[in-house]
Amino acid sequence: MNGKALREAFGDEMLELGKENPDIYIVDADVGKSCKTLAFASAYPNQHVNVGIAEQNACGVAAGLATTGKIPFISTYAVFGSMRMSEQIRQEICYPKLNVKIACSHGGLTPANDGASHQSIEDMGIMRTLPNMTVIMGADYYATRNLIRKAAAYEGPVYLRFTRDAIPFVYDETIELEIGKAHQIQEGKDIAVIANGDTVCIAKEAAEILETKGIHVRLLDMHTIKPLDKEAVEKCVKEIGKIITVEDHNIFNGLGSAVCEVTAELGRGIVRRIGVQDQFGQSAPYEELLKINGITTENIIRTAEELCR
Amino acid sequence: MQEVSVEKLKEQAKELRKTALTMIYKAQSGHPGGSMSAADIVTALYFREMNIRPEEPKWEDRDRFVLSKGHVCPILYSALAVKGYFDKEILGTLRKQGSILQGHPDMKKCPGIDISTGSLGQGISCATGMALAGKRDKKDYRVFTLVGDGECQEGQVWEAAETAAKYKLDNLIVFVDNNRLQNDGTCEDIMPTQDLREKFAAFGFEAYRINGHLMEEIIDVLDMVRIHNNGKPKAIICNTVKGKGISFMENVPVWHGQAPDEQQYKKAMEDLERGFEA
Repeated sequence: MNGKALREAFGDEMLELGKENPDIYIVDADVGKSCKTLAFASAYPNQHVNVGIAEQNACGVAAGLATTGKIPFISTYAVFGSMRMSEQIRQEICYPKLNVKIACSHGGLTPANDGASHQSIEDMGIMRTLPNMTVIMGADYYATRNLIRKAAAYEGPVYLRFTRDAIPFVYDETIELEIGKAHQIQEGKDIAVIANGDTVCIAKEAAEILETKGIHVRLLDMHTIKPLDKEAVEKCVKEIGKIITVEDHNIFNGLGSAVCEVTAELGRGIVRRIGVQDQFGQSAPYEELLKINGITTENIIRTAEELCR
Repeated sequence: MQEVSVEKLKEQAKELRKTALTMIYKAQSGHPGGSMSAADIVTALYFREMNIRPEEPKWEDRDRFVLSKGHVCPILYSALAVKGYFDKEILGTLRKQGSILQGHPDMKKCPGIDISTGSLGQGISCATGMALAGKRDKKDYRVFTLVGDGECQEGQVWEAAETAAKYKLDNLIVFVDNNRLQNDGTCEDIMPTQDLREKFAAFGFEAYRINGHLMEEIIDVLDMVRIHNNGKPKAIICNTVKGKGISFMENVPVWHGQAPDEQQYKKAMEDLERGFEA
């Protein structure tokens, strides 16, 4: 496979950002090795803090740093970053709208062998309900690097979600994305597929197969689920009318829910949500966990065919 | 630091107590008990110790103050108003819709608030981050924070303490308002905190215990820690009395978060005017 893990994108992009701007900090919570922050830590020790296994404190320390003009990226796993320190994010980052980024690896079901305790299927939904928060997940290595850069330049709280395993490239190093603006990968008139993160390449594969079956897919990479690109969703409803959402996240409160909010208020459009079926994971290969939840090329194809019948 | 006489500070503390109580009375909402126990510490910091510019609240070299026990903000608001961060008229708007004086401190609304607090255990982490930034930027400012003894039941307090010791933040001064009461009763009954001086010392702090109502002792300890640039964060455990200065509130848990009625307010103001024995 020609690809790279999203957590590698974090490590690599931070190395560049840290060099460009001495105010860029990483606050680690003892998972630097897994989150790929070790190179940053050794290159810029003065811009690195490791608070140990203490996520709640990581959040407060980052907030304190931000009040002095630093741009701290808290680095931990998605399950801890969104839940162990959830109230700290609310009180000390979102409420005062401080310039802190919560950069979390191991999102979704990707910590597959680790089991349910380490898989994060609720994080984006939780973060999405917090006022002042922006919620982002890139579709591949290059998109993620670009979005990290954009997040660093944006003044305010951002939740960035990465995953553990290598995934195929969807883009190349020239990709330019805009926070809050969907990126259309391909145009089609029969059905819209809106995906994010690791599922974009799954959706892309499905779209290619559907094309051979005469179903033309409009494929959107919805890398930002908050603020959601409502205009792009409305266009899908008005021009196509049928939408499939795909995400490695609970079908509640993530991308699928966000899209449904738009269509419900429009009072038009049919949506099918593909994602984690409101159930915890288990220790198993990632592909098997996706299969259990129907987050597969085959299920996207089947759902599209049903809707287009 | 500015030279001020102990007498003047005591007078100032009395005025702050009266102002805070009046705010809570007018709002018919707020936390009088802790405001009274923290009054002398806040006075010593704002009227003697801290290097601040009220006309330039975001001055980057300023000393910071983090009210980790955010609920006692009336006493802080009183100090900020006297220092000139905002008009004293505004004090009457505590907890009113649209006011800069929220029920818990809001850094985006109220000048002089260095970080928003209100959820216990978190402010000390933020103070640690500020102190760390000061060290990294080679700045001379110090960060003072006031934590409740009940608040020390929050695990995050100790996470922050570990970090402060690890990064040798001798520019962090943690005051603990050790008034021995919390929302539901005495700390001893609800969750004993053990000896907080020993606990902070075990976490690598230079730790003291003083009488938090005796201005002379507060000043002495501040004079001492100011020159101890020894790589150790400081903890000053202050023996205090919840409701201090108001006879019927002293050591009575219910006054943690209850406003006085008219008769109680009058009596309380008389008590405060009369002063107290530390």
